[in-house]
Amino acid sequence: MLSKRIIPCLDVKDGRTVKGVNFVDLKDAGDPVELAWQYAQQGADELVFLDITATHERRKTMIEMVKSVARQLNIPFTIGGGITEIADAEALLNAGADKISINSAAVKNPQLIADLAKIFGVQFVVIAVDTKLVAGRNMVHLNGGRLITEIETESWIKQAEDLGAGEILLTSMDHDGTKQGFDCRLLDSISKMINIPVIASGGAGKVEHFTEVFTTTGVDAALAASVFHFGEIPIPHLKNELKKYNIPVRL
Amino acid sequence: MIGIVNYGAGNIFSLTSALSRLGLSYGMINTEQDFEQYSHIIIPGVGHAGAAMEKLNQTGLVESIRQLKKPVLGICVGMQLLTAHSQEGDAQLMNIIPLETKLFDKDLGIKIPHMGWNNIEIKNNLLFEGVENQTQFYFVHSYFIEYNAIFEIATAEYGLQYSAAIQKDNFYGVQFHPEKSGAAGEQLLLNFSNLKQ
Repeated sequence: MLSKRIIPCLDVKDGRTVKGVNFVDLKDAGDPVELAWQYAQQGADELVFLDITATHERRKTMIEMVKSVARQLNIPFTIGGGITEIADAEALLNAGADKISINSAAVKNPQLIADLAKIFGVQFVVIAVDTKLVAGRNMVHLNGGRLITEIETESWIKQAEDLGAGEILLTSMDHDGTKQGFDCRLLDSISKMINIPVIASGGAGKVEHFTEVFTTTGVDAALAASVFHFGEIPIPHLKNELKKYNIPVRL
Repeated sequence: MIGIVNYGAGNIFSLTSALSRLGLSYGMINTEQDFEQYSHIIIPGVGHAGAAMEKLNQTGLVESIRQLKKPVLGICVGMQLLTAHSQEGDAQLMNIIPLETKLFDKDLGIKIPHMGWNNIEIKNNLLFEGVENQTQFYFVHSYFIEYNAIFEIATAEYGLQYSAAIQKDNFYGVQFHPEKSGAAGEQLLLNFSNLKQ
């Protein structure tokens, strides 16, 4: 049976992981390679690296990082952040990334999804969507939730699927950072609406939130950052708890 | 030494990295003559099976591959290329193993692509030596090879039973990605490198 995936998300700046990661036995918390390896050892099913570098050197730095990670890591990983054209995607693929995640660039130019899917295959293309409830409607937001668009989340996701997205990474900005649980209602309706995998993101605070999202929605994976980085939820413990609820996991 | 058929279908950095971690040396096969240097052959592959076959045809290596008596391992689309035909692009493939590669049927209530870790039912085979039955491997694909009793060496289930791994004589194929499947995947690559001719 296909397992539900647990995916830690790491922010990367100038080739270094940021946002206070504090594993006890970590020599260098800023080293993406060491951190990735630790997560793989713990039983993470996949990793997402989100590049928040804003300098001109970003692409070069990122490619070097992706190569070092790919050399060491024996589980799949996704790279997101700042990918706006085919050349970016191709460089990341050749450096060993399994998937790329695009957000704003796809909203601004939906054809990019179709082009990427055609060249690299749908399995390579993750569409990240940041959504926020505005006057009763789920609206797509850009720039980490700061910029509202006129696009409704449901219709955008449907369009992304039709264009060739292989997976949807859906972050509820209303839940993100609250640690009050995932947006299960929205996640369930989205995962029923489309026929590609959905990754739940935003709101994880405790083990029960993962149990809830997997038992009450059809999502395929759950992503979180701080609860994993600060060791609040050790992945082996999380997976054992999920198993108690007959949620298929890889142990 | 392992030879990787270099025909331009997808990225092989992850594969070569896995081989390096295992201490297995490898090289690239670009011409017919290159086959002689290697004891084991890997056919990688990601993406569209029809497009991959077209690229493989352009290398002119297909007949040499068909004649090989050395252990050959096709990975993902590389496995599908061993079969007779794929629905993906209605493509005629190498037909080394007389099977059909088909598209998953979303009416079975499954999401496509089949993406993530799934357990497999393993038959007794040297390729899986030391790998426990029901171990999970990492899959990512929309097309699958039909279940068959003759060539099947591991079975996966996703909406239906299908071939996670097949073998005919010296030709092996795995639908999952051993280079992305943690310790079990590395064990499989090591087992492959130990297969005798």
